[in-house]
Order: sequence, then structure tokens, then C-alpha cells
Amino acid sequence: MTSDRYSIFSVLTEAFRGQTGWRQAWRSASPKPNYDVVIVGGGGHGLATAYYLAKRYGMSNIAVIEKGWIGSGNIGRNTTIVRSNYLLPGNIPFYETSMKLWEGLEQDINYNAMVSQRGVLNLYHSDGQRDSYARRGNAMRMHGVDAELLDRDTVRTMYPWLNFDDARFPIKGGLLQKRGGTVRHDAVAWGYARAADRLGVDIIENAEVTGFRIENGRISGVETSRGYIGARKVGLSCAGNSSRVAAMAGLNLPIESHVLQAFVSEGIKPFIDGVVTFGAGHFYISQSDKGGLVFGGDLDGYNSYAQRGNLPVVEDVLEGGMALMPRIGRVRLLRSWGGIMDMSMDGSPIIDQTPIDGLFLNGGWCYGGFKATPAAGLCFAHLIARDEPHEVARAYRLDRFRTGHMVDEKGMGNQPNLH
Amino acid sequence: MRIRCPHCGERPNDEFTYLGDASVTRPDPAAADAKDEFYNYAYIRRNVAGPTQELWYHQAGCHAWLVVTRDTRTHEISEVKLAQDVALARSKSTTGAA
Repeated sequence: MTSDRYSIFSVLTEAFRGQTGWRQAWRSASPKPNYDVVIVGGGGHGLATAYYLAKRYGMSNIAVIEKGWIGSGNIGRNTTIVRSNYLLPGNIPFYETSMKLWEGLEQDINYNAMVSQRGVLNLYHSDGQRDSYARRGNAMRMHGVDAELLDRDTVRTMYPWLNFDDARFPIKGGLLQKRGGTVRHDAVAWGYARAADRLGVDIIENAEVTGFRIENGRISGVETSRGYIGARKVGLSCAGNSSRVAAMAGLNLPIESHVLQAFVSEGIKPFIDGVVTFGAGHFYISQSDKGGLVFGGDLDGYNSYAQRGNLPVVEDVLEGGMALMPRIGRVRLLRSWGGIMDMSMDGSPIIDQTPIDGLFLNGGWCYGGFKATPAAGLCFAHLIARDEPHEVARAYRLDRFRTGHMVDEKGMGNQPNLH
Repeated sequence: MRIRCPHCGERPNDEFTYLGDASVTRPDPAAADAKDEFYNYAYIRRNVAGPTQELWYHQAGCHAWLVVTRDTRTHEISEVKLAQDVALARSKSTTGAA
């Protein structure tokens, strides 16, 4: 007998029989000649899309094709933060949908993704910033999302060792979302892969898309390095490679690819129990369950497909960290890496049909794709299954740059290097 | 990544500000299809994976605009020219063609 469903009983059973009954978490599928739906991109979003297509929209005959291995892209390269502290009406319901899905995810997919609602605290350092955070918090609460505006003394009780009296950027308080937190990023990919596989989804690794077959304006299949795969519908969920893949279908996207770096320190004892972001510079930090401090900063600021960045941003991030919490100065940096962000022209994502019938796009996630994984999967599945946008993702249209209905959350317009 | 500025020599990349694709030119606002062309100009990107020409500005140096040929897959820089020279060469070739 094998332990198909993970539970305390399967863990105990396997403990008594030498861990011999565990099955491979998902099959190594070979491509079939035809599918109803092919999802291009085996990251968090693609796998979640396949899972919700099968689970919630009753579709079968689905494949996820991935050029490398499952979770080899940004799902394994982010800083694991989840939150729904957005401002604009087009964004809040979507990210709150995602937050609610995170809250029930582990039971839903029967996988321990280590969802930890440890709180996300955005610090403010000036009166103007406090007012804008108050506005953001109010917008969240009007949408039923939890938000608390904290004064300096309250922040001090939470993190007494922050540098409150920095001469240039004194901490004046913060906006706290208690339901925000972190999720074990790789486990999200593995959990969705396993859950989708159980519902019959074929997960095909090492199959790189080399072209699309389009007949009379309608998609009919995908050329891959493992041969041609016919498909009634194709969904692109390729993050930083969105432009390259879409170009094979003759589409030019409002997207630039940029590199964003992240860092992890050596493992240390419990140090910081929530997520804290510096409001005056680019620095955000949390501590992994292994003890490493996980932190990141700003984009490098130039187009890149290389999964590594340059030293000026490393310096900038570490300076931000030292300004905010000088006690991290003695901790040694263990690793740094870069992920490729699909920066859309207004900083918001795209979940929409393309001009080619049957070809759908999920992209433009900028540096915020991880927290969106469940809702992006759900809304993309809805779009693919029903040919109409999900209620909470109506704002994420591909043509909004032409019509002027942009979702400019950060007020930075269409310069990806300013985001 | 270091950029060899024609005026200042090789300098670290944080002295420079990035603008983007140097191969696009501002459309003619009087053209019949100006609306579409400006949409493409403002929002659509070629987003090349490979060698690409980009505009960089030497903000912490000589304040010159540069056209840098750089491979976006490796960050390797193969050529740096003054944007002025590139623009002059471009206008010469278009005048010559007309």
C-alpha cells in the first residue's frame, strides 16, 4: 500500500516501515498528441492554473509544459512574501482572493506549503507617508481586508531593535497587515504539481516551446522540443520569458524583462518574527524557518534575461538594511540570486485573451507574482474555461494601455526601471 | 557591469541611468496612423533576449547620452557610441536614401 494522501497517519505509518511507501509526488508524463488545454510554463502560476482548471472548472485532458524542471523559475527565486495590502479597486479584490486561497491552500491541495501568517509591516518615515498609508489602510478595510495603522510606540513594542532615530529617515510608525506573511515558495510549486497530477493533469518537463501552430487566426497546437502537441486552447504563463514566447505567436507585448535580486544570510537564531519593509529605501526582510534572513530590494533597472544582477544594487539593498536594522551588520551573506521579472507598463498584471483565438496570456506580474499565485491560477483557469474574465481580474486587460484604463498602483507610469 | 563611456572611460553601471531600446524613433504626430504608432512607441516593447541597442545616460559623469550594444542574456557590452553620433549617422543615411 502506498501513502497517497499526506496526513499524520501516513507520516506515522511510513515511520514504522522505513519510509518505503511514499510514491513519486507527480508522474513523469510524456506528451500525448492532443490536449484540450496546454499551459506553457510549469511555475507556480501555470501549475495553479492547471489545478484549478481540473478542480474547479471540471476540465480534463490538460497538460503543463515546462522548458526546464518544475519550479525552476521565479517560484523558486522570490522572497516568499504574501500580502494583500493594495490600494486600487482593480487590485484589492484580486489580491484578497489570493490571500483567502493561501489561507485554505494546504487543506485544499493536501500539501504542507508552510503558510505562515506572521504579519507584514510597512514602515513609514514621514507625515506624508503616514497619510498615504492611512489612505491605503482605509481602502483595504473598505474592501474587508485587515489593516492597522500603527504609531511609533506600537512598532517599538514589536521590534524594539529597529533604528528608530535614523537622522534622515526616523521610523514614525507602520501599516500592518496581520494576515500577510510568508509561504514556502518551492512547496507551492510542488504542492500544486502533485495536486494537479492527482486530477490527471500531465506535467511535461524539459519540453521547450519552439513555435505555435495558428490556423485562420486560431491556435491549433504548440511545437516543442519534445514534438508537436495539439491543443484547443493554450495558456501562456511564462513570467520573464512572456515576450519571447508570445513573439513566437507573432505578438508584441507591453512588457520588459528586468532582473530583481534577492538575498539570504547564514542561518541564525530567531531574530525577526514577521515581514518588515523599509519605507524610505528598497529593503524588505523576513526570516525563513531554517533561520536565514531573506531579503530583497529594487530592480537593477535595465533589461535583462540573465538570472543574476550587479553589485550596485547589492550595495543599495545592504545599505537599506543597515539603515533600518544596524544589528544585521554582523550577519554574513550566504547567497544572492536574480529572477527575471515581466515588467508591464503600468506595474500591474495581464490576465486576458490575446488577438489569437484560443491563446491566453497570464503575465506582466512584475515583482509581485508569488503572492498572486493562487488567484492568478484561479482567474486564468476561469478565463480559459469560460472565455470570460473572472470577476476579480477584470481590470487586467491586455488592451488597457491602448484604451487608457491602466492600473497604476504605484503611480510610476510606464517606466519599468522606475518601479 | 561596467560601461566604457567614450568621454570618461570605463565606469561602473550605477553612474548611468537607463532609458531603454535605442532602435525606436518617435513617430510623426502628423501621420495618419499616429495614434497606433504612438501606442506602440509608448507601450509596446521588443524586449529582446540577446544583443540589443539601448540608451544610457551618464548621469554621474559627463551627462552624455550613449547608445550601448549589450547582450541581455549575459550583460556583455560589445559597443558604446555617443547617441549624438548615432543620431547624426541615422539622419545622414535617411537623407541619403531620400
